[in-house]
Amino acid sequence: MTDIATETLSVVIERDIAFPPEKIWRALTQPHLIEEWLMKNDFRPVVGHHFSFRMDPQPNWNGVVDCEVLAIEPNKALSYTWGSMGMKTVVTLTLTPTDTGTHLRMEQSGFRPEQQQNYQGAKYGWQRFFANLEQVVARID
Amino acid sequence: MQRTPDAVFKSLADRTRRTLFERLCREGEQTVRMLTDGSGVSQPAVSKHLGVLKLAGLVRDRHEGRETHYSAHPQALKPLVDWMGVYAAFWSERFDRLEDLLKRMDQ
Repeated sequence: MTDIATETLSVVIERDIAFPPEKIWRALTQPHLIEEWLMKNDFRPVVGHHFSFRMDPQPNWNGVVDCEVLAIEPNKALSYTWGSMGMKTVVTLTLTPTDTGTHLRMEQSGFRPEQQQNYQGAKYGWQRFFANLEQVVARID
Repeated sequence: MQRTPDAVFKSLADRTRRTLFERLCREGEQTVRMLTDGSGVSQPAVSKHLGVLKLAGLVRDRHEGRETHYSAHPQALKPLVDWMGVYAAFWSERFDRLEDLLKRMDQ
């Protein structure tokens, strides 16, 4: 087995929001609210539930994301698979209370640029690589 | 010469090459001998890895006397950065919408 955690790429977006976790949780888990900020969906907060996100088809994309709920921890964490264009990633949303509201973190993990043997030998964390890369990228014109 | 994103991804899929590339980014131009010292890898192996990085456009070489000097060319990372950036931009924009929604929602 390949250790996926150390051989794939992640996108992390973090934001401090001036509302309590309970309120944000509703926006992350109630379908009509999810639709307002993310996409149309038939989400249900039940582990194992299969659902999809849908938007208008794009030139290179049919507009459908196939998902399955992986983990639910009310007001704290939510995780689902994100299958789109033949690539399966995992989205994890985490809520941490702060003095001024909530720290919201989204990690989309499991990007595999080359889903081939090229990645098999790599034991070096991509995450760390990207952390190191930040200053390099800052220099790109 | 147009290089494919595949070449960039594949060349960085190897730990030794990532380490060499990071070191050149961090420390600037180095000779093969300098890069070999303390790397735990033989000089021919280092040269071979540098050759792969060079084909991907990630490093450039310069000959001076008997020595070859290598330097990083991080601009070649652009396909990788662009690819990940699409997703980062997507979520960032959705979080803007989420904040707008939260302002409109009842307690």
